[in-house]
Amino acid sequence: MIEFWQCNYQKILKSLIEHVEIVMITLIFALLLAVLLTIIAMYSRRAGEMFIQIFSLIYTIPSLAMFALLIPLTGLGRITAILVLTIYSQYLLLRNFITGLYEVEPAVVEAAVGLGMNPLQVLGRVRLPLAKRSLFTGIKLAVVSTISIATIAALINAGGLGDILFDGLRTLNVYKIVSGSILSAGLAFAVNGVLGVVEKRI
Amino acid sequence: MVQTAIEFQEICKKFVNTGYYAADHLSFQIMEGEFITILGSSGCGKTTLLKMINRLYEPDEGKIVLFGEDISTVDAVKVRRRIGYVIQQVGLFPHMTIAENIATVPKLLKWEKDKIKQRVTELMTLVGLEPEEFKGRYPGQLSGGQQQRVGLARALAIEPKIMLMDEPFGAVDAITRTLLQDQLLDLHKGLKRTFLLVTHDIHEAFKLGDRVMIMNEGQIIQFDRPEQIIREPGDEFVATLIQSVKAQERFWEGYR
Repeated sequence: MIEFWQCNYQKILKSLIEHVEIVMITLIFALLLAVLLTIIAMYSRRAGEMFIQIFSLIYTIPSLAMFALLIPLTGLGRITAILVLTIYSQYLLLRNFITGLYEVEPAVVEAAVGLGMNPLQVLGRVRLPLAKRSLFTGIKLAVVSTISIATIAALINAGGLGDILFDGLRTLNVYKIVSGSILSAGLAFAVNGVLGVVEKRI
Repeated sequence: MVQTAIEFQEICKKFVNTGYYAADHLSFQIMEGEFITILGSSGCGKTTLLKMINRLYEPDEGKIVLFGEDISTVDAVKVRRRIGYVIQQVGLFPHMTIAENIATVPKLLKWEKDKIKQRVTELMTLVGLEPEEFKGRYPGQLSGGQQQRVGLARALAIEPKIMLMDEPFGAVDAITRTLLQDQLLDLHKGLKRTFLLVTHDIHEAFKLGDRVMIMNEGQIIQFDRPEQIIREPGDEFVATLIQSVKAQERFWEGYR
């Protein structure tokens, strides 16, 4: 195993970096979209519930099928992968963002409005801090699921740790399979830990 | 001369999906410095009346005038910052300390830090909470009565000319309630502010109010001094209400 890593560390490192890149770019787009949709949901409860419904429906489509479906539209490669991953993570992000913000106790919000906070102050000083846990839960779940689904994106030439994994499967190389698995699991674990620390600091 | 603090002119309010008026052509005047209690059973429109004053609800028809100013012409957030507001569920911010809760409005108005600190200490003493002991605590660590004191202090922070209270003592036990009522009366005497308190407890209404407004089905049945209401009930409804209190008293007398 160690020998395998010594010989292939460059390829492994490259895959790991690719993987992190895909996840990071996905996360940036996914968060931007989620924040936008959440703000809309703050003004209209019906819109919020509709978003969750739609994305939960999409979430049930197997990711491999989704990649395949999009190939005729956006071709092989990273763009398709990032698109699919962004859409998938919306369900996890929105479900937690929107319900978290809705579930802040109505009396607390009424008091805030009654004391003379404008809508932005109610959001920033009351709703967001009280929904912090849900917000972070959403982000953590989305990151972990993106890291794991991103391995499948290797099948459409998007690169990443999936390359090592699928190479291993094709050639029945146990070292590769184990390395790919350990790295993607380790990555998810590490990021989750980091976000946990960030949550406590804020 | 005493100014008119609050004036309702033919105020109507109907909620969507309901067939009846929550406020049915309400007109009345409240003078500066009065302590008004609004009495009625749930659904009679008393909370609606209160929330129209700080523009949490907008009336469908009519005009509300505060100190000579039509409030529909003033920004709602500005109106609310001039008015103290206390609700039954208190609605303290659970993620902030007691001191931070009380400092909410001064912070919104960007007071200086020292001034805020001094004001918070002052207010905590005023409502009977030892500042050093309580200021760093969180709402979850306080009893119901203590939380309501904080709610009161928070609403009083910038000395609003008008205080609106929606069943502030609805969720505290009987002994604490009596204590808080007495303190509220003292507070009113000392501050000379206009107080409006909504309650469904007839004892509370008659004990606290300089004048009592009795409401039923969106209308004001009677609005007068307590002794006048007892002497001359405005209609059958009020008469029954007072009868029920007298019957209760006889019940307690029986155990002497």
